Amino acid sequence: MNEEILRFTDVMLIYHTKRGETVAAEHLTFSVQKGEFVAIIGPSGCGKTTLLSLAAGLLKPSEGVVESKGSFGYMLQKDELFPWRTIEKNIFLPLEIKKQNTAEHRERARALAEKYGLKDFLLDYPSQLSGGMRQRAALIRTLATDPDILLLDEPFSALDYQTRLNVTEDVAQIIRSEKKTALLITHDISEAISLADRVLVLTKRPAHVAYAHEMDFGDVKNPLKRRERPQFSGWFELLWRELNE
Amino acid sequence: MKKPNCTAEHAQYLRKRKRKLVVVWILRIGLLALVLGIWEAVTALGWADPFLTSSPSRIFTTLKGLYDDGSLFYHIGITLAETLVGFLIAVVLGCTVALALWWSDTLRRVLEPYIVVLNALPKIALGPLIIIWFGTGSEAIVFMTVLVGLIVAIMHMLTAFIATDTNKILLLRSMGASKMQILRKLVLPSSLSSFISMLKVNVGMAWIGSIMGEYIVSRAGLGYLIVYGGQVFKLDLVMSATVVLCLLAAGMYFLVVLLEKILVKNAES
Repeated sequence: MNEEILRFTDVMLIYHTKRGETVAAEHLTFSVQKGEFVAIIGPSGCGKTTLLSLAAGLLKPSEGVVESKGSFGYMLQKDELFPWRTIEKNIFLPLEIKKQNTAEHRERARALAEKYGLKDFLLDYPSQLSGGMRQRAALIRTLATDPDILLLDEPFSALDYQTRLNVTEDVAQIIRSEKKTALLITHDISEAISLADRVLVLTKRPAHVAYAHEMDFGDVKNPLKRRERPQFSGWFELLWRELNE
Repeated sequence: MKKPNCTAEHAQYLRKRKRKLVVVWILRIGLLALVLGIWEAVTALGWADPFLTSSPSRIFTTLKGLYDDGSLFYHIGITLAETLVGFLIAVVLGCTVALALWWSDTLRRVLEPYIVVLNALPKIALGPLIIIWFGTGSEAIVFMTVLVGLIVAIMHMLTAFIATDTNKILLLRSMGASKMQILRKLVLPSSLSSFISMLKVNVGMAWIGSIMGEYIVSRAGLGYLIVYGGQVFKLDLVMSATVVLCLLAAGMYFLVVLLEKILVKNAES
């Protein structure tokens, strides 16, 4: 279990625009262990999405090192399913991109979709599905290439509250049962507490990790159950204070 | 969608819709008949001079005359061929150039001001040049048609390509997609509806180009008939050629709509 799969060491990132340069992150250091679920929260505009782009290798740090062992799957705020493709074809998309579009890989992806309740929707188009179902399809698409690390960029924030609780539950269960490592970026404190093994709090720009907390819910992994625990509100208050410092 | 069990209320709703559609069609045809009827009556009663206004019956007679001496389809064929060839060249070339401009940011920024100027330029100003370069045959007219449609096609498609959802591009890039894959899997399919609307606009552009071209140089075609009819004061001929033009333009537009129905089965959600 104690095997590092992703590590940021003293990372600095500078953004260049015509009007000048912005230091988005400085002395940013943290690591993610294999099988761990890490949530990162931060004040708005602190460059949370930038951090995922760095992790996925879409951006190069100006200074410092980003090391990772393994492949990534990226999940965005909206499901970003392609409306002209069926759910099945959407799920096969990363296979096509990575040139792994073999019968074996397709079968694996299809089995995953069937296992998590998308069996009857495979030949439907995204517009025929509810928001929650679409986000589930987006997760299965992310899992289709069997990535080692999931990068989740506020994947629930576009959903209404009721759906969000259900989908969070869903996604947590799927990620846990597939034994994936996950790095979640969110501005929602309760979402971070209810999902993660560890919560990191970022500062304002230039962002670095101000606090790190292990969540002490023991074996309670279920997001809704966690919300009912007595220590939940304690964590919420603490993180709220740290965020507003 | 599964067929729902039809309740009485739903059946009534469907009947209402159908009735409304029938009424609209009756009114449409009625309007046409009314206009034609008044036109005919006004000339027949001597209130208007058919020498100046022509009339439906005279148009019919003129068309029949053209048909009988075999020149109707000769002129239609020439104009239609010029329009279609010009339209196809403009569309294919326009899409190709737009793709190149999407691909290379530098190229786009270099060419942008030229495209804007060419778009604003009234193409008819190039008439004399076209005659000198291409002579007085169909080539000149096709060139004019391409000229009118090309810039519109480029600008329309480039706008569509650039408007591709950046989050979807980010998603593909996170999967490790190459620029070619982004183009094929995302940019082209998401531009389909813009492509169709560009075709619709360019149908109109192509007819403007070919008729304008025939006004400048030509010895045959519908545009030629209109100019010739005007010069010798045969307004029956002018009107007849215009009517045929209306029918052809409408026909071509509906072909594009048909293409749209075939291609766009699952449009944006």
